[in-house]
Amino acid sequence: MRVEYVLKRVGLFVLVVWLASTANFFLPRLGGQDPIRQHLLEQAMLGGYVQAGLEEMVKEYDAKFGLDKPLWEQYVIYMGQVARLDFNYSISNYPRTVTSMMRDSLPWTIGLLTTTTLISFTLGTVLGALLGWPRAPQWLRLALPPLMALSAIPYFLVGFIMLYLFTNQWSILPIFGGYSSGTQPNLSLSFVLDVLKHAILPAGSIILASIGGWALGMRAMMVTTQGEDYTIFADAKGLTPFTIFARYAVRNALLPQTTALALVLGHVVSGAVLVEVIFGYPGVGTILYNAIRQSDYFVIQGIVFGVIVSVGLATLILDLVYPLLDPRITYKRA
Amino acid sequence: MSTVATEQAVASLAPPREPSLWAERAGSVRRYLRRNPALVVGLLMLLALLVFVVVGSFMVDLQRARPLSARALQPPSAALPFGSDKQGRDLFAVMVAGTPLTIRIGLIAGLIGTTVGATLAFIGGYYGGWIDAVIRVVVDVGLTIPVLMVLIVLAMTFRSGITVDQMALIVALLAWLFPARTMRAQVLTVKERGYVQLARLSGVSGPEVIVKELLPNLLPYIVASLVGSVISAIFASIGLEILGLGSADAPTIGMTLYWVNFNAAIINGWWWWWVPPIVVIATLFIALFLITVGLDEVANPRLRRQV
Repeated sequence: MRVEYVLKRVGLFVLVVWLASTANFFLPRLGGQDPIRQHLLEQAMLGGYVQAGLEEMVKEYDAKFGLDKPLWEQYVIYMGQVARLDFNYSISNYPRTVTSMMRDSLPWTIGLLTTTTLISFTLGTVLGALLGWPRAPQWLRLALPPLMALSAIPYFLVGFIMLYLFTNQWSILPIFGGYSSGTQPNLSLSFVLDVLKHAILPAGSIILASIGGWALGMRAMMVTTQGEDYTIFADAKGLTPFTIFARYAVRNALLPQTTALALVLGHVVSGAVLVEVIFGYPGVGTILYNAIRQSDYFVIQGIVFGVIVSVGLATLILDLVYPLLDPRITYKRA
Repeated sequence: MSTVATEQAVASLAPPREPSLWAERAGSVRRYLRRNPALVVGLLMLLALLVFVVVGSFMVDLQRARPLSARALQPPSAALPFGSDKQGRDLFAVMVAGTPLTIRIGLIAGLIGTTVGATLAFIGGYYGGWIDAVIRVVVDVGLTIPVLMVLIVLAMTFRSGITVDQMALIVALLAWLFPARTMRAQVLTVKERGYVQLARLSGVSGPEVIVKELLPNLLPYIVASLVGSVISAIFASIGLEILGLGSADAPTIGMTLYWVNFNAAIINGWWWWWVPPIVVIATLFIALFLITVGLDEVANPRLRRQV
């Protein structure tokens, strides 16, 4: 592996992280908003507090969060915190830190999305391979229009429809949360089953919404590989149709699918924010949604930054690993 | 079959010669559309949405899309064809007013994204050198960053009283990255073709080569890329709106879904509230998807023998 390529790729990653953190610092300040004053005002309105001490309170909190210092000093302090993965406290859930909230929610998102991506990739690819094979049973073709429709509509629409079906039509599955309220996360069998049961609807929505894309992609590649000279040659040699299907057409069509899988896996953390919101799944998306509703800037910044870094890191790793899988991709300079 | 297709492709790419060709061309367009059902069905679905909006705007006062226009939470009736929501919006008026607003966001952001992306792709891809290197690094960095996350930070920044057009501009800020990358790849291949080389050797200037040689030949790709950008812009705007970062007083489809989610309309069984926006979005996305499939066939004549 070329050292030069690795350095360049790592450099790109560092650039992404620096850009993301800098933008994260400056953009909210450009907007001229004052999260602490805003939050205190909201609380004052809700709770009917006396407004008299508000200015002093704003000053006190500004000093506490370091918002009274000059901008460059805030920036230096901020970058230091970013380097230590310290994203300050949540304004709405004080004294919880943003980092601890992310630590709790990331596994839910990564678990849900990795599993569903792998399942829909497998199902979609098998389906697409069969759809692109002339000898496959004819009734399979009926699956094509629904698959096309599913690949076209946004994934959260599937979520809404699933939510409807499982609340008003068949109420057999839990529709909200990641586990039954009142239970504490632990490693017992009953808790694991509970988690799986809660995951069925969000997972089902994501799988249904993404399976069409995989199937259509695979089908298109199958059509291409079956027109290649090596397939025609294999046919002329008198190989059985199944051998040609499995060893020639499918195997070669799998490569672009795997590339796409790698790309999608890289974006796992940001994949299904809205499905999490619809089903109240305790992942990154729901925390983000609540933070937006409560104007909890530190949480939003922390999560946005965390997601950007996770995606960047995953893409970096995949970029470094992928050429090992496909020898045709080299590290030569573009 | 394939020779006919090639001839048609050549005919559609060639510059207009004589007016007498127009009738012939209209015939070939008709014949072509018959073989490209995806494009036809997609366009018909878009047309259906358009008819709904136009006819609807004659039937209802669009001011009724505001809260407190009707009694809250009424199921559909003769007076309120789509019922009303919890804040008393006439949902028929909301759909008639909201559908064009949502499409408008997609069109503004998609047009800006495709124009900027195509311009950068043509300049970078054709001239190469340091400009190309800068564009490539920016696009590479930009595409690793999840769009929704950046849009969330931007929308938070400008949150107070955002309008539909500002929303479109925010979405447009990132909408050029993907067109720039795909189009640059196309420019790189077309630039090596004989006729471009010939133009360059004959001393035609760079901008002229881009406008007269590259642009007409890449037009099908640009149109396909525009539709793709419109799809992702609408998708991104609805995503932001469902998260609560939209324009609170604009009755867009995304905002309707935000209120649906906010008030748990699905769980409460207020079906008339969420069925229309979902039908509109599904129609819109399936129509645009079919149009991309159809345009892909125009842009990529090689796909034709497989259809």
